[in-house]
Amino acid sequence: MKITSILIAAGLMVQTAALIAQAGPVPAKPQSQGIYIAGATAHLGNGQVIENSVIAFDKGKITFVGAAGQTPRVNLSAYTRVDAAGKHVYPGLIAPNAQLGLVEIEAVRATRDGSEIGELNPNIRSLVAYNTDSHVIPTVRSQGILLAQVVPGGGRISGQSSVVQLDAWNWEDAAYQTDDGVHLDWPEQFRFNRFSGELIKNEGYAASIQELEMFFKEAQAYIQKAAPETRNLKFEAARGLFDGSKRLFIHTNSAKSIQQSVLFAQPYGFKIVIVGGRESWLVADFLKANNVAVILESTQSLPATEDADVDQPFKTPALLQKAGVLYCIGHEGFWQQRNLAFQAGQAVGFGLGKEEAISALTLNTAKILGIDARTGSLEVGKDANLFVSEGDVLDMRSSVVTQAYIQGRGIDLDNKQKALYRRFKQRYEK
Amino acid sequence: MALAILSLWSVAQQTFPQNGVYDERDKCYAFTNATIYVSWNQKLEKATLVIRNGKVEGAGVGLVIPKDAVVLDMKGKYIYPSFIDLYSAYGMPEMRNDGQRQGRNFFNSPPQMLTSKEGAYMWNEALKPEFRAYEVFKPADAGAKNYRSSGFGAVLSHNMDGISRGTSTLVTLGDEPPHSVIVKEQVAHHLSFSKGSSRQNYPSSLMGSIALLRQTYYDGRWYATQKGEVNISLAAWNAVQSLPQIFEVGNKLDALRAAAIGKEFGVTYLFKGDGDEYQRIAELKATGSTFILPLDFPDAFDVEDPFDAQMVNLAQMKHWELAPYNAARLAEAGIPFALTSHGLKKGDDFMTNLRKAVESGLARDAALKALTATPASLAGVSDKLGSLEKGKIANFIIANNDIFEKDAKIYHNWINGKPYVLKDLDTPELAGNYELMIGQTTYQLAAKGDGDKVEMNIVVNDSTNVKVKHQVSNNLITLSFTPKGDKNAIRLSGSMMERNWMGKGQNGDGQWVDWKATYTGPVEAKEEKKGKDDKKAIEKSEPGPLVYPFVAYGWEKKPQQATYLIRNATVWTNEKEGILRGADVLIQNGKIAQVGQGLKAAGAIEVDGTGKHLTPGILDEHSHIAISRGVNEGTQASSAEVRVGDVVNSEDINIYRMLSGGVTTSQLLHGSANPIGGQSALIKMRWGYAPEAMKFEGADGFIKFALGENVKQSGASEAFATRFPQTRMGVEQVYEDYFTRAKEYGALKRSGKPYRKDLDLEAGLEILEKKRFITCHSYVQSEINMLMKVAERFGFRINTFTHILEGYKVADVMAKHGAGASSFSDWWAYKYEVYEAIPYNGALMRDQGVIVAFNSDDAEMARRLNQEAGKAVLFGGVPEEEALKFVTLNPAKLLHVDNRIGSIKVGKDADVVLWSDHPLSVYAKADQTFVDGIKFFDRKDDEQLRASVLAERTRLVQKMIAAKQKGGPTQSARGASQSKEYHCEDVEDEVGR
Repeated sequence: MKITSILIAAGLMVQTAALIAQAGPVPAKPQSQGIYIAGATAHLGNGQVIENSVIAFDKGKITFVGAAGQTPRVNLSAYTRVDAAGKHVYPGLIAPNAQLGLVEIEAVRATRDGSEIGELNPNIRSLVAYNTDSHVIPTVRSQGILLAQVVPGGGRISGQSSVVQLDAWNWEDAAYQTDDGVHLDWPEQFRFNRFSGELIKNEGYAASIQELEMFFKEAQAYIQKAAPETRNLKFEAARGLFDGSKRLFIHTNSAKSIQQSVLFAQPYGFKIVIVGGRESWLVADFLKANNVAVILESTQSLPATEDADVDQPFKTPALLQKAGVLYCIGHEGFWQQRNLAFQAGQAVGFGLGKEEAISALTLNTAKILGIDARTGSLEVGKDANLFVSEGDVLDMRSSVVTQAYIQGRGIDLDNKQKALYRRFKQRYEK
Repeated sequence: MALAILSLWSVAQQTFPQNGVYDERDKCYAFTNATIYVSWNQKLEKATLVIRNGKVEGAGVGLVIPKDAVVLDMKGKYIYPSFIDLYSAYGMPEMRNDGQRQGRNFFNSPPQMLTSKEGAYMWNEALKPEFRAYEVFKPADAGAKNYRSSGFGAVLSHNMDGISRGTSTLVTLGDEPPHSVIVKEQVAHHLSFSKGSSRQNYPSSLMGSIALLRQTYYDGRWYATQKGEVNISLAAWNAVQSLPQIFEVGNKLDALRAAAIGKEFGVTYLFKGDGDEYQRIAELKATGSTFILPLDFPDAFDVEDPFDAQMVNLAQMKHWELAPYNAARLAEAGIPFALTSHGLKKGDDFMTNLRKAVESGLARDAALKALTATPASLAGVSDKLGSLEKGKIANFIIANNDIFEKDAKIYHNWINGKPYVLKDLDTPELAGNYELMIGQTTYQLAAKGDGDKVEMNIVVNDSTNVKVKHQVSNNLITLSFTPKGDKNAIRLSGSMMERNWMGKGQNGDGQWVDWKATYTGPVEAKEEKKGKDDKKAIEKSEPGPLVYPFVAYGWEKKPQQATYLIRNATVWTNEKEGILRGADVLIQNGKIAQVGQGLKAAGAIEVDGTGKHLTPGILDEHSHIAISRGVNEGTQASSAEVRVGDVVNSEDINIYRMLSGGVTTSQLLHGSANPIGGQSALIKMRWGYAPEAMKFEGADGFIKFALGENVKQSGASEAFATRFPQTRMGVEQVYEDYFTRAKEYGALKRSGKPYRKDLDLEAGLEILEKKRFITCHSYVQSEINMLMKVAERFGFRINTFTHILEGYKVADVMAKHGAGASSFSDWWAYKYEVYEAIPYNGALMRDQGVIVAFNSDDAEMARRLNQEAGKAVLFGGVPEEEALKFVTLNPAKLLHVDNRIGSIKVGKDADVVLWSDHPLSVYAKADQTFVDGIKFFDRKDDEQLRASVLAERTRLVQKMIAAKQKGGPTQSARGASQSKEYHCEDVEDEVGR
C-alpha cells in the first residue's frame, strides 16, 4: 500500500508563486492514479454523514464511499492515500445562477460580458463567453465551489446558461452541462418610481406577459413544422424547452409572480425552475403541488419590506425545507460566489439542519440543474468532484479548504490573491 | 334673492379712467337674524351684520340698521369670517410641473455648475430672495373660484419654487384687478429644502440644501458689512429677514432640521408641515414654532389582495389612520397652527377633510381659529382680516348650518363686500315624499337628494319606480313622466309655495288637468343591511397607538435603562483580561458596573449567559444607513460644508436591523463622489429616539475624503465627466489647494479683519487645527501615499483610510504616518482599482502595527460584521480575539471613542451583545443587544413585536376595507420605498422634494 500523507498548509504553495501572479493556476491533468481520502467526516450531500470515512475515486469517478471499518469493493492498495483525519470531506459545491467567468471587473465595461441587449434572446449562450482564465475563478474554487451554472442576464429572455467545472483550459473543456436552460426574467408587478421613491404598480405588466405569450405560442407552432422555410434562431433556441432537454429558469421573487409565471409556463410542458424566490416560502404548497424547484437568492440579504421579519431571508431555506419543496441556495454575482457556503450556514442558525444546508449547496443544486446523475453527492459512480476542509465548510471560522478534486483531478488551490499575499509578506520580511 | 355680480366694482377713488358713465355705489348691506361668528370664539344668535363699501360696519345683536342698507333676512343661516389660507400659489406664474426642474432632464444632461440667470444675482439659482410675489401676481378666476367654494376669502400667495422663494403677498379672492385685491404686498419670506426648477447641480442632496442655506445666512451677514460686491439677491435676502419666515418642510424630521438652522441664526420659522407632525410631537413642540397644517389626508389603500397589500408598509397604513388626528394632537400639545387647503385634489375635499379633523378630536373653535384669526395674525393683517369686527374687510361666508355639520353648505362667499354666490340662498328644498294629485289620480312622488339637486320618481311599488323629469326656475316647477303602461307623457307646470306645488298640466291625450303635490315627509333612508353595523364599528374604531419611530417595530413604550446581571457567559473583554469563561457582567445606570465571577446585585434583572458569548457592541466605521435624501453632495470637488449629522433619519428600519445583528454604533459617512466629501455623524442605535438624541455625545468630528475612480468620475460618460479633477494628479491638487486656502482663511480669521464665514473652509481649518479628523475612501497604494504626504506637508495626519484595499502594500508607511485602516474583509473585483484587493489585507496591515477595522458600507453586511471579522481569521490567520477587535475596539479607537465603548470594562458604556454562539461564527445570533444599558433588542421581544406588527396590520387592513366598502376613496397598493440603502457611490439628487 502506497501511503503519502500530504500536509498542506492552507494551500499556500510558495514555489508556484511567481507563475500564478502572472497567469493563474495550471489546470490539472486527467486522473491517472486512484486516490482515497481517509479519516475525514464525510458529508455525502444526500443528508448522510460518515465519520472516519474512506472516499475512493479513480479515473475521475467515485469508486467507494464507506466507513473506515468497511471492506472496500476496490483494491485500495493501488490508490494513493490522503490522510484527512479530523477534517471534513464534501461533494464539490455548485454555484447556481452565477456570473462567474462572464465578468472580470464589474465597473470596467470591457470586462463585462454578462448582459446582452435586446428583449428576447433565448439564442444567446453564456458558455462561449465563459472566460476560463479569469483570475476570479481560482479564488472561488479555493473555497470549495467546483461547478457553476453560468447565467446570462439582460432583456426579458436573457439566453441560455451552461454548467461549467472550474478547472479548465477553455470553455469547451469547462462545459459540464451545455446549454442547460433558458432564463426568463419575469416582469415586475411593482416598479420603483425614481421621482416619488415609491414602488408602484407596473402598468406595462400585462403587455409584457402578452409579448411572452406570443413568443412561446409562436415558437410552439414553429417547431411543429418539419422543415421551417425560414430558420428562426430564437425559436430554434426554445426547442429544447418544448422537448424537455432544457429547463426554463424563471427569475422572479414575489409570491404572485411566482404563481403567475408557473401557471403561464406549465401549459407548454416546460420543466420550470424559479430563480430568486424571495417570497417562495409564502407559496411553498403551490410550488410543491406543481413540482417546481427553487434556486434561492442570497440568504444574506435584507428583508424585502420594512415590515418583514428582520431575519426573513435567513429563515426562507428552512421554510422551504419543511414544506418539502426542492430548492437550492444561490448567491449573487461572480467574485461573491466564494461566500456561497456561508449563505447556507446563515440559514442553519435559523432552523435549517447542517446536512440539509450541505444538500442545498450540492445534491439539491445538481437535481435542479439536471446533473445529479453525475455529481452533487459522494456516491459510487458519480464524478469525483469533492474537497477536503479543515473544518465545517458552512462556517467562516473553519472553512479552510485543503484539497479539491474535479473529476478526480487534484486541482491547484492557489490564486492571485494568495500570490499577492505572499508577495507583500516578503516586502515586510526583515 | 339672486344677486347679480357687477362687472365693475370700485371702492373710493381710483387711478383708472372710466370708459362710460361712472357707476359708484355706496354699497351697504345688512344681514339680519343670522347666527354670526364675529370671530372664532364669539358667536352671536339672531344677530345682524352690516357692511358698507367693502368693510364691516358692525356686527351685533339689536344693531340699528342703516336706512340706506339693503336688508337681507338670514334666518336660519350662519355667517363666519371667511377663511385665510397661508400656503398658496394663487395668481403666481404657472409652475412648470409642480416645482420640478424643466428644460433638461437632470439625469440625462451634463452638470451645470453655476447659475444661468443673467444679472447680479446669487451664484445659485435655487436662491431667489429678490422675487416678490406681488409684482407678478395676477388674479386668476378659476383658482379663486376653487378657494371661494371652500370658504376662503384671502390667501397668502408665493412662488413655490426654490430654496429661498422670495416674498409672498396677501390677497383677497375677488375677481378684481390686483390693485384692489392685494391686502399686503410683502408678508413673509418663503423657504424650503427643495431647489425646485433650478437646473444647477448644487445642491444635490438634502444636506447640501441645508449647507447652502446656512452659508447664505452667513453671506447675508457678510454682505451687509462689505462694499466690494453688488449682489441683488443678497441685498434682498437681508431685506426679507425682518419678515416672518415660512419654511415648507417635507416631513416632521425636516421641520427639526430647519428648526436647527433657525436656532443657529436666531430665526423661528413658521412651518408649512406635511401632516405627519403628530409622529414627533414633543420635539416639534420644543422648536417653539407655529405650523401651517395641510388637510390632504391619504386615501385608504386597496388591500383586498393580500399579496399586493404586502407592499404597503405599516407606517403608511398607520398614517392613513392617524393623519386626520394630526391637528387635534397638535392642539392638545399646545402647538399653535393654521390650516391650509394646499395639497388637496378637489375643491370640496377641504370641508370634508376639515370635518374629518373635527371628528378626530379637533375642537370646532380651534379649527375656526386656525382658519381665521391665526392666519390673519401670522400674516400681520389682524387689523383687516380674520374676524367680522368693525372696520375689517367684509370677507365672510354664509352657510345654511353650522359649517362643521355634515349637511352644511356654503351658500355665499362675500369678498371685499361683494357676493360670490355658490348656491342661491333661496334654493328650494325639494327632497321629500309628496302626494301628487293629477286630476283624479293620486301618485306617490319621492324626491331624493339635496336642495334642488334631486332625483324624482313615482313610486309604483317597492321595486318599481317611474322616473320623473323636473326643472325648477324662480319658484316655478315643471314635471314630466310617463305613467306605467302608458305611451304618452304627462306634462305639468306649476308654482311652488314652500313645499307645496300646484298648477296646470296636459295628460297623455292632451287634456288640460289640475294638479297639486303635497309634501308628506322626508324620504327615509333605506334600512342599512345587516352586518353594516360591524363594518361601521370597524370604521369608527379608535386609532392605533403611536409608535417610535413611526415604522414597524417601533416602540409604544420606549425601553428603559435597568440593572442587568448577565451570568455565566463567555465574556470577550477586549482588555488585558482577554476572554473570561463563566463570567458575570453587571450593567447599571447605563454603564458596565462590574465584571467578575459570582457577582451579586439586588434588584438586578438576571440574564442567563450559559453557553453564550458577551462581546462589546459592534461599531461600524463606515455606514450609510439612517440618512435622509442623499448621501453625496458630490457636485463640487469639495463639499466640506455639508454634514450628515443634519440629515440623520431616525425612522430607518435598518437601525433596528443593526441591533438584530449586534451593531450598537455606526459612523454615517458622506459618499465618495468627490475628493472632499462631507462631515460624518456618529450615532448609537437608540431605536425610537429622535435624530439628535441618537448622536454619540461629545464625539470628535470626522469628515469623509475620497480618492480614486469615484472622485475622478470614472463611471461617468464623457459629457458628464466635467468636474475637476479627472485624474489622480488632479486629486492631489484639490487637496493642496484646499488646505492652502484653509490656512490662509485661518490667518485672515485670526487677524481680526472682517471676513466672510466660509463653511467649506471652516472644516478645512478644523482639520488643520486637529479638531476634525479625516476618514478617507481609498484603494490603491499611490493615492494612499499621496494623501499622507499632503497631510504631512500641512502638519496633520490622516486619521483613517477607509476601504483601503491596497493598504497591505503600504502598511508600514501607514503605520509610520499614524493612519488607521477600516477595510472590507473580502470585497474585490467590483472596479479596476480593487483588482489587487486581497482578503489578507487586514491581517497584513495589522502585522505592521496599523489599527485595523472592518466595516460594511452596506446595510445588509453591517448586521453580520461579526462574520466579516471571522474572515480575518480565515484569511490571514488573525487570532480570534484580535479579529473581534476589528469590529469593536479598533473602530472605537479610530473614532476616538475607545474611552467610552469598544471593550467590556468597568465604567464604559454598557453597549454589549449577548450572542447565541461563538461571535465569529456564521451560526451566532445576537440574542440581546444593549445600548447605554438599555435593552434595545431581544430576540424574544422581537417575536412579540412581529406579532404586534401583524395584528396592527390586520386591524388596519380591515379598517381600510370597511372604508372602501362604504365608498371612500382608495389608492392602489404601493410601497413607500424602504429607507434607501445607500452605498458610498450613490449620487442621489434632491429632485423637487
